[in-house]
Amino acid sequence: MRLVILDDYDLASEWAAKYIRNRIVQFKPSADRFFTLGLPTGSTPYGCYQKLIEYYRHGDISFKYVKTFNMDEYVGLPRAHPESYHSYMWNNFFKHIDIDPANAHILDGNAQNLEEECQAYEQKIAEAGGIELFVGGIGPDGHIAFNEPGSSLVSRTRVKTLAKDTIVANARFFGNDLSKVPTMALTVGVGTVMDAKEVMILITGAHKAFALYKAIEEGVNHMWTVSAFQQHPRTIFVCDEDATLELRVKTVKYFKAANLHIYLYMLSIRLALA
Amino acid sequence: MPSNKSVSDAPITQFINCRILRDNELQREDLWVREGRILDPEKLFFDEQGYADKRVDCGGSIIAPGFIDVQINGGYGIDFSQASEDVSDGVSFVAKKILEHGVTSFCPTLVTSPPEVYHKVLPQVKVHDGGPHGAGVLGFHLEGPFISAEKKGAHPEKYLRTFKSGGLEHLMEVYGSLDDVAIVTLAPELPGSQSVVRELSQRGITVSLGEHRSQLLLVSESVSVQPGRFHALSNPSVSAVVQFHHRDPGIVGLLTSDRIPAGRVVYYGMIADGIHTNPAALRIAHRAHPSGLVLVTDAITAMGLPPGRHTLGQQVIEIQGLHAYVAGTKTLSGSIATMDMCVRHFKQVSGCSVQEALEAASLHPAQLLGISPKKGKLDYGSDADLVLLDEGLNVKATYISGEEVWRKGQ
Repeated sequence: MRLVILDDYDLASEWAAKYIRNRIVQFKPSADRFFTLGLPTGSTPYGCYQKLIEYYRHGDISFKYVKTFNMDEYVGLPRAHPESYHSYMWNNFFKHIDIDPANAHILDGNAQNLEEECQAYEQKIAEAGGIELFVGGIGPDGHIAFNEPGSSLVSRTRVKTLAKDTIVANARFFGNDLSKVPTMALTVGVGTVMDAKEVMILITGAHKAFALYKAIEEGVNHMWTVSAFQQHPRTIFVCDEDATLELRVKTVKYFKAANLHIYLYMLSIRLALA
Repeated sequence: MPSNKSVSDAPITQFINCRILRDNELQREDLWVREGRILDPEKLFFDEQGYADKRVDCGGSIIAPGFIDVQINGGYGIDFSQASEDVSDGVSFVAKKILEHGVTSFCPTLVTSPPEVYHKVLPQVKVHDGGPHGAGVLGFHLEGPFISAEKKGAHPEKYLRTFKSGGLEHLMEVYGSLDDVAIVTLAPELPGSQSVVRELSQRGITVSLGEHRSQLLLVSESVSVQPGRFHALSNPSVSAVVQFHHRDPGIVGLLTSDRIPAGRVVYYGMIADGIHTNPAALRIAHRAHPSGLVLVTDAITAMGLPPGRHTLGQQVIEIQGLHAYVAGTKTLSGSIATMDMCVRHFKQVSGCSVQEALEAASLHPAQLLGISPKKGKLDYGSDADLVLLDEGLNVKATYISGEEVWRKGQ
């Protein structure tokens, strides 16, 4: 894996957004060849979305030939509810950019048949040619998407019951009333994300530090589902200093040096080409 | 990109680079319009996978709901109370002109007149929507003749009336028809007024209190007794002075009365032209009861005419700046300020926010007439009657049902 450590949340958001931007631009998407992007929700990626919108407004990137697949959505929450992931994506991303609505996919938590909805979603991903870059976050309990502790590490898109940790963490979005928080969600599986060509996990804040430690310094374990990505050929963890608080100094020093070398290497190539 | 709008094929316009008045604040949001109404873009995106056909760059303008003038007696040489053969043409002429002031709907107002005038004028103008031809007509505002002689103001005394027995029938005799009437101004202390007010309210007509010397108790009774929709619009043009006494607060006391039933709002009209209402009175009223303030122009025939002398009907008027005098005197003959001038002046004098100034000319008149949220708001589903304004609240363009009907400089 690659572990990229930035000083603070803003810098981490910017790094991640630039990475996404560069990947899309270098891919040169067209009408025959769309760039497929997996997307998260929550407070962690918010800064990254803001930056992407800025790059779009500046003319540095277009989402015209980008297909997006969100990771999850609550079950039973009206789509127009301000806390639904549809609302999140519309308000924080889609309404500000030039993506074709037909290419923005989000699981429908109000579908008549939830299993069919999940299977159809897997189908849509397959038809789009798989995910080129899946961007995700990590829960305080180490979950990726809503793959709560105990989820199969080869799971596919399905209905999941939310863990108590997750419900408590989400209560702040529902007026701190635990009874109002949805208890079930549709989510892509660990296996679904593992199928992506590349995975980028955003982790910021001291409250995520322990989960990061469990995810990268301990073994692969279904109790900390993000740990599955230790077995993915191309994963980047983007974090801020606070998120590294539970890591060993050796780990942090290694990756900071590695990143410096990568940076200098890229710089020398650019200078050589200039 | 091919479009896929399963609900409707009608073109969608997206107003970008603007600040819109929504939920009592100026929000940095785009405004979407389809088929003459404000559209929910999130539903469009997810349900229909649709997007805009046309984008209008507003250059940072403010977009407010189109202004609604519920008290305007004429303008540009036209007098609505004149019993002529072509009242409809006159109303249409003014309707077209006031688009320049950001007014998208209005109530042509008739001052106290003899029954012959009502019988001739009222049938000639029907309630109708606005468009490129002009602002929409919401219905007549009949100001009088059932008002008190004591505070008649400019209304000719000989035509004032009281309710004879059988209140509403008498009213119908005088007016002839109430079909296209939106507001009736009358004096609540006239005997028999209570039942008349009740009957008018039941017909969906807004009743306005035209008498400022009422005892507060009497006025409050009038307000509290009504079922259904009743909105009191204290009418500033009828009386010359708003009387306030600490044992009889009059209309000013009504603004904060505890006899108003919960959920009912008292609305009061104010002419904010800087001449007809003392700035202090405007401030007091605004601070006492901001959500009830309705800006009206109460414009007379001379509004819109250039400075100098004009012969209007039986009178010769002299226009000097924002003042219209009876020629050769210093007696004011009426207001000639336009609605947008009133909005700017109100904001300046009261120190209120931009949102409050704009709501006083759009949301509040719509609520008074019971036509909100269809009019007076930029909610999803509201009519797309819009006024585009710059920072100084000067009108840059006017839209009705999503169609541009006036633009500055054209």
